[in-house]
Amino acid sequence: VPPTISQHEMDHLLMADSGVVETLLQRIEKADDGVDSLNVAASLGVDHQVIVGAVKSLQALGDIISADLRSSKHWELTVEGSEIAEQGSHEARVFSSIPLEGLAQSELMKLSFGKIGFSKAMSNKWIRVDKTQEGGPRIFRAVENIEDQVREKLLQVQKGNFSQLDEKEKNELKKRKLLSEVTVKSYWITKGSSFSTTITKQETELTPEMIATGSWKEKKFKPYNFEAMGVAPDCGHLHPLMKVRTQFRQIFLEMGFTEMPTNNFIESSFWNFDSLFQPQQHPARDQHDTFFLSDPALAHEFPQDYLERVKKVHSEGGFGSQGYKYDWKIEEAQKNILRTHTTAVSARMLYKLAQQKFTPVKYFSIDRVFRNETLDATHLAEFHQIEGVVADYGLTLGDLMGILHQFFTKLGITKLRFKPAYNPYTEPSMEVFSYHEGLKKWVEVGNSGVFRPEMLLPMGLPEDVSVIAWGLSLERPTMIKYGINNIRELVGHKVNLQMVYDGPICRLDS
Amino acid sequence: MPTVGIKRDLLFKALGRTYTDEEFDELCFEFGLELDEITSEKEIVSREQGDTKASDASDVILYKIDVPANRYDLLCLEGLVRGLQVFKNKLEAPRYRRISPVNGDPQKLIITKETAAVRPFAVAAVLRNITFTQERYDSFIELQEKLHQNICRKRSLVAIGTHDLDTISGPFTYTAKPPGDISFKPLNQTKEYTATELMSLYKTDSHLRHYLHIIEDKPVYPIIYDSNGIVLSMPPIINGDHSKITLQTKNVFIECTATDLTKAKIVLDMMVTMFSEYCSQPFTKEKLSGEFINRKVGINESTEKIAQLLTRMCLLSRATGVGDEIEVEIPPTRSDVIHACDIMEDAAIAYGFNNITRTTPRAYTVANQFPLNKLTELLRQDLAAAGFTEALNFALCSEEDIADKLGKKISETRAAHISNPKTAEFQVARTTLLPGLLKTIAANRKMPLPLKLFEVSDVVLKDETKDVGARNSRRFCAVYYNKSPGFEVIHGLLDRTMQLLEVKSARGEGYHIQAADDSTFFPGRCAEIIVRGKTVGRLGVLHPDVINRFELTMPCSAMEIDIEPFL
Repeated sequence: VPPTISQHEMDHLLMADSGVVETLLQRIEKADDGVDSLNVAASLGVDHQVIVGAVKSLQALGDIISADLRSSKHWELTVEGSEIAEQGSHEARVFSSIPLEGLAQSELMKLSFGKIGFSKAMSNKWIRVDKTQEGGPRIFRAVENIEDQVREKLLQVQKGNFSQLDEKEKNELKKRKLLSEVTVKSYWITKGSSFSTTITKQETELTPEMIATGSWKEKKFKPYNFEAMGVAPDCGHLHPLMKVRTQFRQIFLEMGFTEMPTNNFIESSFWNFDSLFQPQQHPARDQHDTFFLSDPALAHEFPQDYLERVKKVHSEGGFGSQGYKYDWKIEEAQKNILRTHTTAVSARMLYKLAQQKFTPVKYFSIDRVFRNETLDATHLAEFHQIEGVVADYGLTLGDLMGILHQFFTKLGITKLRFKPAYNPYTEPSMEVFSYHEGLKKWVEVGNSGVFRPEMLLPMGLPEDVSVIAWGLSLERPTMIKYGINNIRELVGHKVNLQMVYDGPICRLDS
Repeated sequence: MPTVGIKRDLLFKALGRTYTDEEFDELCFEFGLELDEITSEKEIVSREQGDTKASDASDVILYKIDVPANRYDLLCLEGLVRGLQVFKNKLEAPRYRRISPVNGDPQKLIITKETAAVRPFAVAAVLRNITFTQERYDSFIELQEKLHQNICRKRSLVAIGTHDLDTISGPFTYTAKPPGDISFKPLNQTKEYTATELMSLYKTDSHLRHYLHIIEDKPVYPIIYDSNGIVLSMPPIINGDHSKITLQTKNVFIECTATDLTKAKIVLDMMVTMFSEYCSQPFTKEKLSGEFINRKVGINESTEKIAQLLTRMCLLSRATGVGDEIEVEIPPTRSDVIHACDIMEDAAIAYGFNNITRTTPRAYTVANQFPLNKLTELLRQDLAAAGFTEALNFALCSEEDIADKLGKKISETRAAHISNPKTAEFQVARTTLLPGLLKTIAANRKMPLPLKLFEVSDVVLKDETKDVGARNSRRFCAVYYNKSPGFEVIHGLLDRTMQLLEVKSARGEGYHIQAADDSTFFPGRCAEIIVRGKTVGRLGVLHPDVINRFELTMPCSAMEIDIEPFL
């Protein structure tokens, strides 16, 4: 059986038996079509393992030799067989222990080989028994000389000359438990592409000294194990959600959108709801859906003219609208909340825009929003909203769908369709669906719409300016991108840092 | 978004044809609905209460359909079928009209001034000659319930009462009385109770207890009587048993009491238009131009075609022949139509959103980054390159996280407080990024040491100079967690950060650190970071008590700075 031999053992063998290695190389050089490791061992009179060790160490040096593992049937002497090879067969020993005057059968049987040797010698007709003798039967030689074929055959086997024996003979010896058949693995060794009869010690690594002296040119280098993993670099990592955020920012910037300042988590109900024409009894303004603040509880500063116009459009209508016809209260508008959408910032930006001479704008933001909602595997009390807004003269629903198509194409999503939906501050409102190839169905990927005139006109924007907008969450595409099912593994302190360490770069369109 | 459960076969019967689930889903999508789930009562009961309870439940197929929150007219089978049939050109948009009773005067509901103290508005109508079947009756009750849950805001804005008109006689009086003075036999009870008794009786009622708070604390409770003093209802809690409607009821008296008159009218309109051919209000007419619709939607259709599109949405329309003028009748079912843009949307839906040609806005704009975000993006890249890993923590946390656990008093924190947190995790907006990072380490203690984390994100601080009384502050925080405190590691990160921000190590115009006292840090192991003469943050080795309170076991050093001064 070929050994699995450790590097250490191999080095040891190589050192101890460099003579063997050299002899082996010389043998290979002389042989036309290669040598068998077993034969080499037999002819050198060394253990086969020594040759195997030499083969292994030569292999480690590169392409000096090529060694193919093969297995062959092989006959070996048993312990009894070895004894016979040394001392003769039992029957031969019986023959030679009988003197000319014969030997009492009882004496013969006392010998260790007596019993078996007697019957074999009898059947070979080498001896005869005279039962008429005094003192019991007596054994005499029947021939003058014998030829101990069993021993001869075993000696042949011992020398490795199995072919001298035919199958019948081998099987007979096997039956007598003098031979046993074993499978032996050996190497068929031939010259490698860089065969040489002299070997040099292999170097593990290139050193500055070798480079300086040029000695590397003469050295042989130990080959690398390219199956092993490398050493992980000592580095920091960006958070996957932030990597995706960077890509979305990039997409908006590529499309000419300017980033809105969304660094104000606390917002008044006025900017978060009222300015968006969201009525004061709307369920989103419930304690169940929105985080209200106890400190600072109220906002205290509003653009007064604008506030009056907002109040009027809610309670009485105007700007072509019937309004909601209810008693609009400043107290409700003053209530501070954690913003429920970044659209509160869009409202501030559009109001600011309306105070200047109008020029078309494209705005975007990606930032946190807060909902006092029931939490589950995909919903948290805070998440990131991605929002895009375009304001220009005469924008159409076709423009909104066109720009959404461009935006989603950059995310690698090209199959879009739009479903009518309801949203208090956009009309029309459209849910954006994309065809998910994996799930084989249409899934919602965002929301969009045209801001209502009741929102825009009180701000002071020109009547023929339309504002189109869309939004989506950052978490959902990130969870899909990185195959995360539980949002808590992605966002918050329960994050799995290993996931952060192992995260790939983010290319949304591939 | 409200969900309506409708028996599929009944729906198909009303629609006059059957659909495959896919076909029906497609129809819903076009019309702006969503076929949310295909199920059965049996499935629902089995899911909620187990298989044994479900064995008796019906296995009739139910469609659960999501209806947009503003379309109260689609909340029942009748309205939904009407909307879809008109949309598919199978039915003409219905017209509603009011008729007077054949003999006698219209019914009257007299509202007394006492109601002003509790629930000041009431409207009422009568549905005559109705024939209820079990299905229609169920749908009638279901619609009431849907309206109560949605537009009525769980009965707080509007409460609906329906009565068998033939068991009572008008005129009716809507008044308010002290609870002790009210006594009647409520729906499905066998004896009379005072209002006070009723309020305690219903404390344990799984359904009604949710509405008690609406009037509980008021000095007087709303109550409706008929001319013989029979109690119709004590809105918004319960009706009287006397006038309850049954399958045999022919004439239905509907009253809506409210704190919001507009909503009360909408609700009453829904009830009557869905279940009768009579209506108390005539439809209104609006005029708009075909060009307006073409321009807003981005299509180019003839005035006649647009009128047809609108008619398919139950907005009966015609081209008047004066230019591109279109006259649109708005039925009382369509309370959501308050502006021309609502009509425009219906034209776009009927045209089919997905049939509109997609175009690109032509405006030329130059993109700009928000400077603070630009700085943040650039800084984060280099902090990761410096060997620190980015964490992302919640902006909301408990008071304990930002105060007690850091060895501070909550009053020192300038924290903004939330008035209605569902759990302690959402009591305040964070005033520092440190607790989040320490909690991240605690949740990742199995990871190999050292842990080197950072976060660049916003905290919130009260600030009187802002309109809302608070502002965000962009912070950079980093922690180093290992078997030794590694102050030099965090200090090195500060030096590197200053290098990235082009601030030299120097007093005066550069940056330096100087010893400071801070209860979050181990005494003698904390320093202030001073940049151009101003303190921007602190660094140091955390106090062992802080480490313990965050359930950590190793020494830890940390730094946190405000990055806005570097803009």
